[in-house]
Amino acid sequence: MSDTAIDPRYGTKPPKRPLRLSWGDERVRGIVYQILVVGIVGSIAYWLFSNTMHNLEVRRIATGWGFLEREAGLPIAEFLIPYDPTDTYLRALQVGVLNTLKVAVIGIVLATILGTILGVLKLSKNWLVSRVVGAYIEIVRDLPLLLQLLFWYALLQGLPGPRQAIHPATGVFLSNRGLKLPFFEWEGPHNWALLLMLIGAVGTYFYRRAARAKQMADGQPRAIWPAATVMMLVVPLGAWYAMGAPFTPDIPALRGFNFQGGLTVSPEFFALLLGLTLYTAGFIAEIVRAGILSVSQGQWEAAEALGLPRGRVMNLVVLPQALRVIIPPMTSQFLNITKNSSLAVAIGYQDIVSIANTTLNQTGQAIEGIAIIMVVYLTISLSISLFMNWYNSKIALVER
Amino acid sequence: MSAAETLHSSVQTNAPPAISLAGVNKWFGALHVLRDINLDIALGERVVVCGPSGSGKSTMIRCINRLEEHQQGKIVVDGIELSDDLKSLDAIRREVGMVFQSFNLFPHLTILENCTLAPIWVRKMPKKEAEALAMEYLERVRIPEQALKYPGQLSGGQQQRVAIARALCMKPKIMLFDEPTSALDPEMIKEVLDTMVMLAETGMTMICVTHEMGFARQVADRVVFMDRGEIVETGEPTALFENPQTERLQLFLSQILRGH
Repeated sequence: MSDTAIDPRYGTKPPKRPLRLSWGDERVRGIVYQILVVGIVGSIAYWLFSNTMHNLEVRRIATGWGFLEREAGLPIAEFLIPYDPTDTYLRALQVGVLNTLKVAVIGIVLATILGTILGVLKLSKNWLVSRVVGAYIEIVRDLPLLLQLLFWYALLQGLPGPRQAIHPATGVFLSNRGLKLPFFEWEGPHNWALLLMLIGAVGTYFYRRAARAKQMADGQPRAIWPAATVMMLVVPLGAWYAMGAPFTPDIPALRGFNFQGGLTVSPEFFALLLGLTLYTAGFIAEIVRAGILSVSQGQWEAAEALGLPRGRVMNLVVLPQALRVIIPPMTSQFLNITKNSSLAVAIGYQDIVSIANTTLNQTGQAIEGIAIIMVVYLTISLSISLFMNWYNSKIALVER
Repeated sequence: MSAAETLHSSVQTNAPPAISLAGVNKWFGALHVLRDINLDIALGERVVVCGPSGSGKSTMIRCINRLEEHQQGKIVVDGIELSDDLKSLDAIRREVGMVFQSFNLFPHLTILENCTLAPIWVRKMPKKEAEALAMEYLERVRIPEQALKYPGQLSGGQQQRVAIARALCMKPKIMLFDEPTSALDPEMIKEVLDTMVMLAETGMTMICVTHEMGFARQVADRVVFMDRGEIVETGEPTALFENPQTERLQLFLSQILRGH
């Protein structure tokens, strides 16, 4: 191979070929095809738009966004921001978006963790482990998600009532009203402790970077966990203690026909989260397995022959290469969780689809309702895609 | 090749052997791939292992740094016996460098990072020092100008020279070569062989699985001929090639020479 730095042709441009006006010229064909495609897409869009406007006019259907300011009168069972049926449709839709985000974000995190563990386990040399995981993956991938959601929901509905609730530990109740967990009264100092913990997490990130830089300077690797413990645990707990250590346990207890107090996970949310997580984890497991297998055995051997211990081989050599295979299909799975969460409507979890659906039934403004659903999903999906593509390009491989 | 061109031997016969294999056996399932291998290699000795494909030569040298596990017998490297003990395995791998047929450079790291990875994480060397060391060896395999490129941007011969430099950065006492030129075009074979000759001149203990007979004549103190998992014949290269004692070696040599 010649050295490009001393190649005299290096840096010059190839001569431009003149355009030949003939059907035999590839570029002429390309231009003609492009004009055709743009024309067809444009006319379809125009037809759809004018047709819609015409029909709306003929049927005297009101359009516009005024309904968002009207009172919704729509009961919502669970909400992350304060909500009351007397609030506006806008508020109701916001609650729906947050409910969608809640199940999608928690689902993505849990499915990634579970899927990664399953993917690694499927590669296990232990026959029983790999077969059990393989069977699990086949089952969850082969059955329709809607069926699985209905199964989990029916299973949770089949649990005993509050009076006969499964009661494995103090304050923990599993019944057909959902899962009840003990919690404590949330007060001001808890906010501060939480804030300090988050600051500690950021601090740990920078500490890790500094420790790595120091190791590069003097060669000595440093343990991260002591500083991480102090920043993320000791300091927040100390602050909480200094502020009077408020702690009022809030333990759920049976009062009459239902539970009072504690933290509630509704059966709808629980079934949806369970279904989405278990289903998507099956796909993620296969993606992770394929990613690890895509790194050749030779890479393991070369790194081990250099004396690197297995954990370091994984971190420094195999994972960085596996990730570039894993990330693009993983992005699809994250998008799938987000979009599949719309199946919530089947089991009565009030996500954006469910609430927008009710809204359009009550107001009759179908186009706006559907548009809202599309814009919400598009926004979430594009955000995930943008982030993942940025991450992917950051770890991309240089070739040629 | 004339005898004048052969290297001066640097074998240290009075020291304990660098590598000692005694009664080593290995099976892949029912296939008996190594049969009762006995071989002592002295410090500074350069051994070429040859034989038809499937004769177990790669498996044998891969047992020396335990990329393959032997099932019977004893292997001692640099005074440490290979066992299930991970500590002794780490110690041996630090002292034994290896070069593979398919280079196995890390494609996500630059040439320089490929060379500094093990010194930094295994030898606990400061980055600057590791980089200086890496540049020194890249200089020696004559590709320092490629240091900031990625493996995918280099030719096969250049990649293999980087692989040699990467192994040397760990300052090993012993170097294993597993068919280092078999995946290369003829014009690149020479640049890699030249690098290996240069390494031999420094007195490195080398075991090299190769079919390059010219290299064997020029560099090897001893040639080991393997067939069907056994060591069939060993000897000084000229004697072995010109006066083969066994029919199997005669057959092998005639096939090799016909190919040239």
